[in-house]
Order: sequence, then C-alpha cells, then structure tokens
Amino acid sequence: MGKRFLMKGNEALAEAAIHAGCKYFFGYPITPQNEIPEYMSKKLPEIGGVYLQAESELAAINMIFGAAGTGKRVMTSSSSPGISLMSEGISYIAGAELPCVLMNVMRGGPGLGGILPSQSDYFQATRGGGHGDYRLLVLAPSTVQEAVDLTMLAFDLAEKYRNPVMVLADGFMGQMMEAVEFRETGTEGLPDPAEWAVGYMKQRGSRALIKSLYLDPEELEAHNWKLQAKYAKMAEQEKRFESYMAEDAEILIAAYGTVARIARTAINELRNEGVKVGLFRPITLFPFPYDPLENLPASVKQILTVEMSCGQMVEDVRLAVGKDRPVSMYGRVGGMTPSVDEIKDQVRKALGR
Amino acid sequence: MKETKIFEKPKSMIDVTTHYCPGCTHGVAHRLVAEVIDELGIQERTVAVAPVGCSVFLYNYIDVDSYEAAHGRAPAVASACKRLLPDSVVFSYQGDGDLASIGMAEIVHAANRGEKITVIFINNAIYGMTGGQMAPTTLVGQKATTCPLGRDPKLAGYPIRMCEMLATLQAPAYITRVSVAKPKYTIKAKEALKTAFQTQIEGKGFSFVEILSTCPTNWGMRPVDATNWLEEHMMPEFPLGVFKTPE
Repeated sequence: MGKRFLMKGNEALAEAAIHAGCKYFFGYPITPQNEIPEYMSKKLPEIGGVYLQAESELAAINMIFGAAGTGKRVMTSSSSPGISLMSEGISYIAGAELPCVLMNVMRGGPGLGGILPSQSDYFQATRGGGHGDYRLLVLAPSTVQEAVDLTMLAFDLAEKYRNPVMVLADGFMGQMMEAVEFRETGTEGLPDPAEWAVGYMKQRGSRALIKSLYLDPEELEAHNWKLQAKYAKMAEQEKRFESYMAEDAEILIAAYGTVARIARTAINELRNEGVKVGLFRPITLFPFPYDPLENLPASVKQILTVEMSCGQMVEDVRLAVGKDRPVSMYGRVGGMTPSVDEIKDQVRKALGR
Repeated sequence: MKETKIFEKPKSMIDVTTHYCPGCTHGVAHRLVAEVIDELGIQERTVAVAPVGCSVFLYNYIDVDSYEAAHGRAPAVASACKRLLPDSVVFSYQGDGDLASIGMAEIVHAANRGEKITVIFINNAIYGMTGGQMAPTTLVGQKATTCPLGRDPKLAGYPIRMCEMLATLQAPAYITRVSVAKPKYTIKAKEALKTAFQTQIEGKGFSFVEILSTCPTNWGMRPVDATNWLEEHMMPEFPLGVFKTPE
C-alpha cells in the first residue's frame, strides 16, 4: 500500500485531478465544493498550471470549452445550481467532442434549494441537462478513496471518448475527511490531441476547427449518429457496478454514492438478524449497468431503491427490472439523509416483517 | 510586357464565396483581419473564436485554428485558449448582439482581467442573423423588427458605447473605434487591427477594435445609402477614435 493522506473529500478530488495530469482549472465559487477551487488556486500556479476564477458558471464552462480545445487536461467543479448554469456549455462541449472533467458535488434543489448533500441531479447528469441528444459519462463514487480513483479514471475516459465526464459526488463526500491513497493509473493508448486540437496547425499542416453547428440537416444527422455510436461503445465497454451480498438475497437494495454506504451498514445489521438482503451499487450512472438487474438471481424477489431524491435512479432500475419483480423506492431530500434504521425499517416493511 | 501582381487574396483567406448579403461590410473586415495575419506572419499560431450571429461562419473564410463559441461567450473561450497557449495569437470576432447583449459579462471581465487577446467588435446597430431585431447599439429612433416605431429610450434605454465603457477599466491596453464604411475609414481600420494584434504579440494586454459596419438588408437600405447613413447617424453616436493607447 502506498502513502495514505487524511484529506477532506473536496481536496482529495482536486489532488486526484492534479495526479491525473490536470494543470488547468476554471470555476466559480459555490457551496459545498469551494475547497476544490481553493485548493487548485494554490497548487496549480506552483506546477506551472492555470487557475482562473471565472465571472460566472457560464463563463467557467466556456473557458473549459476553450481550454479543452487545446487538448490538455482541464476540469471544472460546481454544485447543482452551478451545473444548471453550465448545462448549455456542456452541450456545446459534447457536440464539439471535447474531453474534460466536470465535478458536481450535489446539493439540494430545486432552485437555490439548500447547501446540504443531495442526489437530486441524477436526471440532469444522465439525461442531459443541456439541449440535444448528448450523453456524459457519469461516475458516482461512494467513498473519498473511490472519488480519487474515479477522478483519475475520468481524465482517461474523457480523452478516450473525447467526451465530457462527470464525477457525480454529493455534499457528504465533499465535506468529510478520509484516508486516501493516490494510485498511479495507466494512460497509454489515448488519442493524440495533435490530431484535432488547436495549437498544432504548423505541426499538422492544417487548421483545427472546434464546432457544433451543422446547418445541413443530413450532416447534423450524421454527426448525431456518430455521437450515438460513441455512446453505444461507452455502454458496451464502460459499465461499472458493485454487488454486495447479492447472491442469496431475497431483497436487493439499489443505491449509489453515499447512500450505498449507509445501505451497506443496514445490510450488515440486517444480515446479523438473518434477513437476506444485498446491495446493487451502480458506479457508472451513464452507462447505467442494466444487465445485472436484468439477470438477477432467482432468490431476489424484489428491489428497494434508496436515494437522496424523490425518485430518479429508480426509473433506470425499473427499466432494467421490468415487471418481473416489484421495485419500491425510499427517498429523503432537501439535505435530509436516509438513516441506517430507516433503511432497515423499509426492508422489513417490504418483506412484510 | 511583364505582368506584376499587385492585388491578390490574402493567403490566410479561404478561396470561397461568402454568405454575406450584398453591401455587408463583414467581408471587408474579414479581409483586413486576414491581411494583418499575413503581414505579421502569424497564420499558423493564430486562433480565431467565432461568435453566434452572421459571422459564425468566420472559420469558413479565414484559414486559422478556430473555435465556434456559444452566443456571447467568445471572450471566455479566447481567454482560456490564450492562457493555455501563451505563444498563440487569439482573437474573437463578435457582433453587437453577441458582445454587448448576451455576452456583456464575458467581454467586461475578459477586458478587466487584461487577457492578452484581441477582440474585434462589429457594431452594425442591429441583429443581422436573426432578421433585424433591436440590438443594444440600435440608435434612438432607429427602426428594427422588435421596435417597429423606432427605439424608444423610455422603454429600451440608450445605445451602449462599448469602447467608452471598457475604457473606464484599468487593465485594457488598446481600445479603439474605427469603421469600414468607406475607403478612407477602411485604411485606418486596418492600421487599428494591426496595432491590436501587435499589442497582443508584444504581451501588452487586452486589445479591442470596434468596427462600425453596415447592414443594408436589415436597415432596409441600398448599400450606398447604408454607408452614408452610418456616417450621418452612427458616427455622431459612436465617435471614431482611440480610447486607450498601448504603452
């Protein structure tokens, strides 16, 4: 095991990005993710990078558009209302096929909502947020260590697919401290930005054009099919999930992020009581790992989805499970969190005990 | 008799017909930019940021690395590009709706940060691409499709003078207003563009060139009348001149 550091989640996310080779950060302050830009503003100038505080999230995401167009590793971070503001730019980045990493340390909504942890941006992250048929790769860590690992992976995936990748964390993960290790990742075989990025005209012998406008409908349709083929490849190759005590489970809890961690404790306690309960935890939210839910062990009679939302991921769970098994949903919102006891009660209720 | 070529298309201009309307001065402004790029020998390290508006297709005409920015956001795109590629020469090219309406925050803050970029601001006092709506620079009394009786300052305020406003900031190095309505102005416009690019190349800071331009189609005028109207009506409202000189 390598050297471990006790770090606040937001700072660990920032350090992970630097470890992954990201030297360029553009952002705008918003709670509960401010430690990320603060950390970057100190560290990046020390390593010859750029930290720039934008005048708004609109400007920040368009700075990311400009920075990503150079082919270098760039990222921004924000929280829910800020991501809403960035959504136009994210659509442009996806349309222009630029690689970048976006962090959303989710807080409660809608509107200004609150500043406490939430998971109510699942739809926004997985279904767009911005306009047009585009997809983000969405990675949902459950611990600070996993947030570090997935952040480092996010940069590779962004370059591999030339697509924005979102690390979808919640306020808990941003604010809590845990011991983390920064592991080296392999970054071989990624496309060379000199093939498409600005700044290589002399080397390439022709100019680069970063754009998303195709006025000819046939061209725009072809561009869309090309993007869809890329998203299909992601769905084929990038699905990640974790199962815990699922093999003999009668009831499966589907949860991601911090809630999956709370559910795990509930599962351990219920197992001690003899209740056969397991966990299905998606790690990628797009692509959503449908297959394991489509091919559940016969023992599983029903699914309970637990989220810090009014019911968003549950729609993907239902899509996968279909009508074969009942799917119920338990959510707390607005910064309220499902407790271990509440989850245990929900499991007992579902099992009629 | 020996033939000598004394006039040709700039090397950094792509040899195609533009989509601009007859009498529109975008073509003149494009050509001046390309001439300056050629004369400074910077084609391979120049990056253009096109706006949303008539000149979104800037990159179809000028052969340099290019971005197509979201509406109003070109200065943010240009700022980041320049920060990551300090040896490049980055310019945005924006109309009045793009720069002075939806993109007001981005232009003011890029100028205030003293970004080492060049902004070319085409002011024709109207929205062109969308068909002649009122712009932030539409003159009082000037008719547009969304102020059919003429701009009423009680309802829509007054035309925004971008050069004067940006010149109140400390950071910008070069701010000037020129025109391409007639050859006598065009010669000076080219000098201004060259100064702006040189200001950036020499690392002196933010440079801004406002170009008073015509839009005969949406003004509802013949091209010649449009150039006269620009002189008679726009120039008093938007006086030509240098508002900040690079040190």
